[in-house]
Amino acid sequence: MNIIITISITAFVVLYAGLFKAKKALLPLTVVGLLTALGFTFSAWNGNAVHFGMMQTDNFALAFSGICIVGTLLIFLLTQNYFHAKSDNIAEYYTLILFALAGMIMMVSYKNMAMLFVGLEIMAVSLYILAGIRKTDFASNEASLKYFLMGAFSTGFLLFGITLIYGATGSFDLDKIQAYLVNNQAVSPIFYPGVILMMIGLSFKVGAAPFHFWTPDVYEGAPSLITTFMSTVVKTAGFAAFLRLFADAFAPLHEFWVAPLMVIVCLTLFIGNVTALFQKNFKRMLAYSSISHAGYLLFSLIVLTKNSGNNVLVYAAAYTFASIIAFAVLILVKQKTGSDSFESFNGLAKRNPLVALCLTIAMLSLAGIPLTAGFIGKYLMFLNVMTEYKTLLVAFAILNALVGFYYYFRVIVAMWFKDGAETELSTPSQYKVVLLVSVAITLVLGIYPAIILNLI
Amino acid sequence: MEQLLLLIFLPLAGAIITALAGKSAKIVSTVFSVASLVLALVIACNFIPDASTQFEVNLPWIADLGINFHAGIDGISLLVVLLTNLLVPIIILSSYNHQYKSPAAFYALILFMQTGLLLVFTALDAFLFYIGWEAALIPIYFICAIWGGKDRIRINMKFFVYTIAGSLFMLMGIIYLYLQNPAHNFNIQAFYALNLDSAQQGWVFWAFFIAFAIKMPVFPFHTWQPDTYTAAPAQGTMLLSGIMLKMGIYGVIRWLLPIVPAGVHDWGQLAIVLSIIGIVYASLIAFTQKDAKRLVAYSSIAHVGLISAGIFAFNQQGMQGAMVQMLSHGINVVGLFFVLDIIFSRVKTNKIEELGGIAKVAPQLSIAFLIIVLGTVALPGTNGFIGEFLLLMGVYNYGIWAAAIAGLTIIFGAVYMLRMYQNVMLGQTNSLTITFTDIKGTEKLVLYTICALIIVLGVYPKPVLHLTEASVQHLLEQVNQKLNTVN
Repeated sequence: MNIIITISITAFVVLYAGLFKAKKALLPLTVVGLLTALGFTFSAWNGNAVHFGMMQTDNFALAFSGICIVGTLLIFLLTQNYFHAKSDNIAEYYTLILFALAGMIMMVSYKNMAMLFVGLEIMAVSLYILAGIRKTDFASNEASLKYFLMGAFSTGFLLFGITLIYGATGSFDLDKIQAYLVNNQAVSPIFYPGVILMMIGLSFKVGAAPFHFWTPDVYEGAPSLITTFMSTVVKTAGFAAFLRLFADAFAPLHEFWVAPLMVIVCLTLFIGNVTALFQKNFKRMLAYSSISHAGYLLFSLIVLTKNSGNNVLVYAAAYTFASIIAFAVLILVKQKTGSDSFESFNGLAKRNPLVALCLTIAMLSLAGIPLTAGFIGKYLMFLNVMTEYKTLLVAFAILNALVGFYYYFRVIVAMWFKDGAETELSTPSQYKVVLLVSVAITLVLGIYPAIILNLI
Repeated sequence: MEQLLLLIFLPLAGAIITALAGKSAKIVSTVFSVASLVLALVIACNFIPDASTQFEVNLPWIADLGINFHAGIDGISLLVVLLTNLLVPIIILSSYNHQYKSPAAFYALILFMQTGLLLVFTALDAFLFYIGWEAALIPIYFICAIWGGKDRIRINMKFFVYTIAGSLFMLMGIIYLYLQNPAHNFNIQAFYALNLDSAQQGWVFWAFFIAFAIKMPVFPFHTWQPDTYTAAPAQGTMLLSGIMLKMGIYGVIRWLLPIVPAGVHDWGQLAIVLSIIGIVYASLIAFTQKDAKRLVAYSSIAHVGLISAGIFAFNQQGMQGAMVQMLSHGINVVGLFFVLDIIFSRVKTNKIEELGGIAKVAPQLSIAFLIIVLGTVALPGTNGFIGEFLLLMGVYNYGIWAAAIAGLTIIFGAVYMLRMYQNVMLGQTNSLTITFTDIKGTEKLVLYTICALIIVLGVYPKPVLHLTEASVQHLLEQVNQKLNTVN
């Protein structure tokens, strides 16, 4: 509870600071607020408190809150030199991101489906504005409109699902829903469509195929910083929400919903990977790769084990930090060359070995090469589904991972093996911090993942 | 125990220091690689040649997942560890006549790869083995793709995806074994003790075999190899052919045979047939090659085919032959590629018909080259003879026809290698080779060392045979015993 309050208050303070033109104070205020929230996350550890029957800050919620807060913090650090050319309304950026974060904290810790809806909407409405915040840019406008239409549509599905489930069980509370499923041999027939509708609604939010069509356009059109936020932190929160509902409340009906989920997983993997292969634009490639990662993340729901939550945590952490590196370098390259195609990375390693090395490690992690966090994440996901010997699914995922190597290595090839305009990027100090912290996390989780394996 | 940790991580420390050393990277990496060689020799001296695993390290690593840092050395591992630590300094010294751009990265990657290789050759934990397997691949990919020749990006992508495809299926096999193991860990002894039925063993066999077959490479998984060898920088080719290919052979001996003997029993015949097809096929293609480097690449496929046939023949002679031949092939092929590199660095071509008469102007090079070629074609008195003789004996005990066809490798090999030697070194000098200068400095050092090893191991192979004998014997007994319980 303290976490949400802190983040909301920070958001208001930052908004007023912006009103009084205190531009220099924005970042320090935000950082202080987020660090305080992070402190509350640690102090609530193992507390397992239930707040008004609406939210439960169990370790699952706290661990995901922690990742979201750290991820947001890193993204805020990337604002250095980012805004001055683009907008006067910096405070709005800060405030909206903070509001979205508050919504996400609700999404990862809800105990009542009403809170899921409220959290999701707080987050989504902030993101609709953020995607279109560059008012004079057509791509940004398009992104915002598309995101809004699709988002509203999917919220409709979600709400309808919630309604049906309420009709069947008479409650929004996750524990009561689970108790209903456990105690009743004959589950009400309206419960089943409710589950499917909620699955569709949440798949929209996390960008899983075949509900992914908004992702590439929105990711490409939105300002890069917002894309970073959407594809990392927002996605993580979406999965936590997904998991909380399906791995917990709906677990007794696993046999029913695993078949449609399997279809979603296979489509997501295939479409994400194969389409990413044909992209000429690095940002769009990342958008499609984020779809494919959604596929791997959903592996944790195909076979429910006691480790499912933790597996998602590890994978999401690996994916988040690697993506933050990728987007940070993308922003730098785009500032310099004005383009985000693969060609603009040519020869980057010659003048900027550090930046190139960081991006290489990030790509290796996204591709799932050992000694990086991405490998541990993929390994856990494979292990998870192998416990029921779903070998065909793993074989399919391996084939997709092979496709992944091609497009992740394309940027490595461009940086190290090709000659290009050997321009030196100006790397602001905060970017260096973000890159080094993210690389450190990626490598530490890859080499010694024991620190994160038993968190939840 | 400390010795083994030092052995594995000394090159890694060397890699980090080399990366920071800037212009003096060449010297720093040489020092570290020589130190590793000395350390390996110390370990070899302290090694008691029986079947036991020595210098064992077993530290918890990722305890929740049953992963331990478990490594140790027995006769079989010691041989490949020695080979690795012997060849890395040789390969680094062989690069002294090159001026690679960004040398710090180049030498750091070689040393990093060495740690990966040593992990593979000493791991007693399947997960650790897998980590080492990939840790050796990443550096060599970068070495070949950054410093390689024409069309290097496409060729190395193919190489990378090929090998990693194999290893991902191996990972799937490893996870399967882990889940079958009631103790839920990756310990090799626990894997040995598993009781899988023959259907399970069959598919685990394929999961592992494809990874190993791609690495060796065995026909029909070899298509990445000639291009990659040709496009790689000389040192990359040496690393690939001299050491990396032994990962596949070692994997078969250490993991495939003892864990799924029934799978090997059912499918081993197919593996032998593939190996023998590979021998004949690669030899025939080697005949027609116009580029000497490509010719050696194909000859390597033929030699590895024989090694693989010897292992799957599954008897004492074949196995011991594989051991000796791993060592000999490593030394010889590195020698061959180095000579070709010397020639290339002077006249900028490896096309056989453009060369000729080099012996007249470079007598020392021609003698060294001759010794290496003779070692490769298995002349009695050279190291190649011992290995190929034992291997053929092993294959003969398996089946006389198999041995008859596999024996062609020696005849074919002699023909195409000697013809290559003749066309490159003998005859009249031409406008290209008239200015050829003889070997000097580190080139002499490296080539003389290789020649000395070829002759010494050929005349007196007993120490090597003695080193591995007990371990090989033990392995065979263990597998036969397990086969009897399955049937």
